[in-house]
This record gives sequence, C-alpha cells and structure tokens, in this order.
Amino acid sequence: MIKLENVSKAYSAGIPALNDVSLSIEAGEFVFVVGDSGSGKSTLIKLLLKELEPTKGSITINSQKLGNIRHRDIPRFRRNIGVVFQDFRLLKDRNVYENVAFAQRAVGTPVKVMRRKVPAVLSMVGLAAKYKSYPKEISGGEQQRVAIARALVNEPKILLADEPTGNLDSHNAWEIMKLLEEINHRGTTVLVVTHNLDIVKAMRKRVITMRKGVVIDDEQAGDIYED
Amino acid sequence: MRISTFWYTLRQGAKNIWKNKMFSLASIATMSACIFLFGIFYSVVVNFQSVVKEVESGVAVTVFFVDGATQAQMDAVGEQIGKRVEVSNKVFVSAEAAWENFQKIYFKGVEEMAEGFAEDNPLANSAHYEVYMNDISMQESLVTYIESLDGVKEVKSSDLAANTLTDFNRLIGYVSAGIILILLCVAVFLISNTVTIGIAVRREEIAIMKLIGATDYFVRAPFIVEGILIGVIGSALPLLVLYQMYRRIIVYVGEKFLWLSGMLEFLPVNKVFSTLVPVGLILGVGIGFLGSRMTIRKHLKV
Repeated sequence: MIKLENVSKAYSAGIPALNDVSLSIEAGEFVFVVGDSGSGKSTLIKLLLKELEPTKGSITINSQKLGNIRHRDIPRFRRNIGVVFQDFRLLKDRNVYENVAFAQRAVGTPVKVMRRKVPAVLSMVGLAAKYKSYPKEISGGEQQRVAIARALVNEPKILLADEPTGNLDSHNAWEIMKLLEEINHRGTTVLVVTHNLDIVKAMRKRVITMRKGVVIDDEQAGDIYED
Repeated sequence: MRISTFWYTLRQGAKNIWKNKMFSLASIATMSACIFLFGIFYSVVVNFQSVVKEVESGVAVTVFFVDGATQAQMDAVGEQIGKRVEVSNKVFVSAEAAWENFQKIYFKGVEEMAEGFAEDNPLANSAHYEVYMNDISMQESLVTYIESLDGVKEVKSSDLAANTLTDFNRLIGYVSAGIILILLCVAVFLISNTVTIGIAVRREEIAIMKLIGATDYFVRAPFIVEGILIGVIGSALPLLVLYQMYRRIIVYVGEKFLWLSGMLEFLPVNKVFSTLVPVGLILGVGIGFLGSRMTIRKHLKV
C-alpha cells in the first residue's frame, strides 16, 4: 500500500530531513510514527501527500509511483488519502455539516450523494446531533471528530493523522484514538504521527521510530513498545 | 462542470467580495470611475465625430474636364469616381447649370447685364463634378486617382480643411485612447490587489482544499468570479448613471442653449448607449477577469 525505497529529502544544503528511509506499510495496517521534533515525521507526511518531492529514492502508494504523477493529476491522487491535523483546520465560518460537505464539494460529488454521505459519516464519528454547530461552539475533541469526518467522507484508502491528539486532553485523546482504531477496523490503512507515548504503548500497534531523518526502530503490532 | 459546482463557485465569489468589503468597494469604485470616464470620453468623441462628419460631408473635391470633352467622356469619369468606396456622393454640374448659378450669385438685381451672354456661355468649359467623401482622410489618394483619369483637366480640393479635420480626429482618438489605457491599468492593478487580499484571507481554506484533492480549477474559480463580479458591478453602475445624465443633458442643452442647436446636434441616447453599454460591460468583465487571472497566476500556486 505505502512503500518508501531509499527516500531522502534535503531542504537546502543543510542536514537532510529524511535520510535513506525505506519502509513498507501494508493495506489495512495501523501504524504509529514517533520521534522527537526534527526527526522527519512531518516531512514524511508531506512526502506521502506529494506536497514535497523526495531528493532521492521513490515512493509508491496504491501501486502508483508518486514521481510519475503529473501536476494536474495530484488532486485525483490525494482523494485516496484522508488527512487530519493537530490544529483541526476547520473552516470557522461554516458549520459542522458544511465543513464535511466542503470535502465532497471540492471533489465534485453530486449534491444528492452529499446529502446521504455527510450525515452518515457524522453519525459514525458521533456528531450527528451537532451538524448545525459552528467550530467555536464545540469542544476540541469534537472539532477533531469533524476533521476526521471530513477526511473520511470521500472514502480514502489511507488516513494520515499528524499529531491528532496534540491539542486534546487525555480523555478526548483516547476517544479520538478509539475512533481511529474503529476506522482502521473498517478497512482503512491508518498512519498516526504522534508524541503521545502513553497512547502508543497502550494501543500495541506497529511503531516506527525516527531520529534525525532516519528510521531507527520498527516494532510490529503486538510487541510491547519500549520508550 | 456540475450545476451545483457552478452555483457554489458563484456563491463563493460573491462571498469573497462580502468578506473583503472595503477592498472590494475600493475596486468597484475605481472600476466605476474608469468606466464612467470612458463613457464620458466615448459620448464626447462620438458626438464630436458626428459633428466632424457633418462638416466633412460639406467638403467637396471639384473635377474639371479638358476643353472639348464630350458628355460621354464626362459620364465615364463620373461612373469611375462613383465606384470608389470613399466617395459618398457626386453631383454633375453642367456648363449651363454653372452659368445659371453664377448669374444667381453675381448678377443678382442686374440680370439684364447677363443677357448679353445669352448665346455665348462664358463658362462653356466649366462643366464639373462635385465629389463628396465619407472619409476625408482619403482625399489625397482620391485626387491622385481622379487626376489620372482620361478627360480630366484639373481637380480642386481643400487640402487644409481635409488635413485639419483628419489631424484633429486623430488627436482626439490618441488622447482618449491614452487616458482610457491609463485608467484601465489602474483598475486592473486595484482588482489584482483585492484578489490578493482575498487569497490571503482564504489561505487556510485553500490549503485544505488542496489537501483534500480539489482541482486547480475549483480552487481558482471563485477568485476569477470575484474579479468578474467586481467588473460587472463596477461597469453597470456608471453606465446607469451616464445613461440618465446623457438624457438630461440633451434636454437641458436643448432648452437652455437654443443658439447652439444650429452648430451642435447631440446623437440620440439610444444610438450612443447601444454601443456604450455592451462595450462598457465587456470592458468591465475583461478587466475583472484579467486582474484576477494575473493575480492567481502570481499568488495562488496550486
């Protein structure tokens, strides 16, 4: 599903943000990527979204080599990847329903389909009753649920979450993790970048550890993660 | 494009204007000023040209024939002149008609003095054509052409009148084109500024759109719509004001400055605005489109 072969990324003449990284993630996996600031986690997410081009090596997602995707085909490629951020990135002037529908509108989904799918995905993340609320009227945890609903409404095969619990208290962080696990059980490949080692330990999923742009450890699901 | 996407894009374009009220207002005001001035220039120029045309139509080239030229020869020359595109009208004045005109002017009150010439027309060789043109700037080439025709002795024309009118026409054209061009550049610049602010305000939304797989077109279209809407509003408003102004000015000048009526006749409002309205709107839409397109190419990398 996701394959990186000897991928390096250097921003300028300095130290590379990623250095000769090779890894493979199978369809349906749930993977954590952990590491300190500057370890290359965010660069990895940007490379997977084709926001950045690798300096060296190749990335394959859903059997598609990212280097072969033309600029005008990038939107179509990104529709297979849902993305969630630490700061939620919701549109503050639109209510919950409109925030989720926005993702469907942007890819040209017919209104009829939108009216069916948006309530369904809001119901899945437990926000069906709050569809008229605006972001400032709901809690951080609920805002992150809206962001997850928005990421899922176009039915992507992969969900990338960049520090999804970074702005949440531990209760809400757990709720979000449970939701991501449920999404994974439904067949979506989930890749979570996080600092929250308590959650990583408790979830007992595959953990890729990065330091200074290099993968230093890759523990399979079920192993007990050592901090 | 889906109908729903079309309406969505239109709504977003309108929302951009609303979110960005002050800059949008400034752009609409500048655009209005441009189109208003353009409208004023246009109205003045077309009216002036109509006056000039009137004057030009009275300027004639006179064609005289060689001594002993037959009527058939003169008719042939007349026929060839009539075929020229720049000729609007030609009048044949026979030797007899020329003498009659002469008598009317110079022997007024002493007609008996002219009777001595009854059998011997002193203007026997004065048969001529008076040729009127629809474009006086073509006078020189027309004169050269007529001079080359068989049977033509002399062509008389007023180079000074022709050149003055042509030069004045050209000057007015250049000055108005120059002023309008400067104004249009200002309008494009201001719309570009407004759209740049709009892009900055919606930067986060654009980033989200890009990440969820929106096409370049979907991201850019609302900004193009914004520019076009500013153009439409900014041109429709001054055109409405100009229409009312023009109507009232015609009536006012007609009532208060009667002495001008012989020299200056305003073109009817419908004649001026049947051209000015579509041109003004196209100009507004064009400037709006150009301003926003330039800006998104520069500031919106998708």
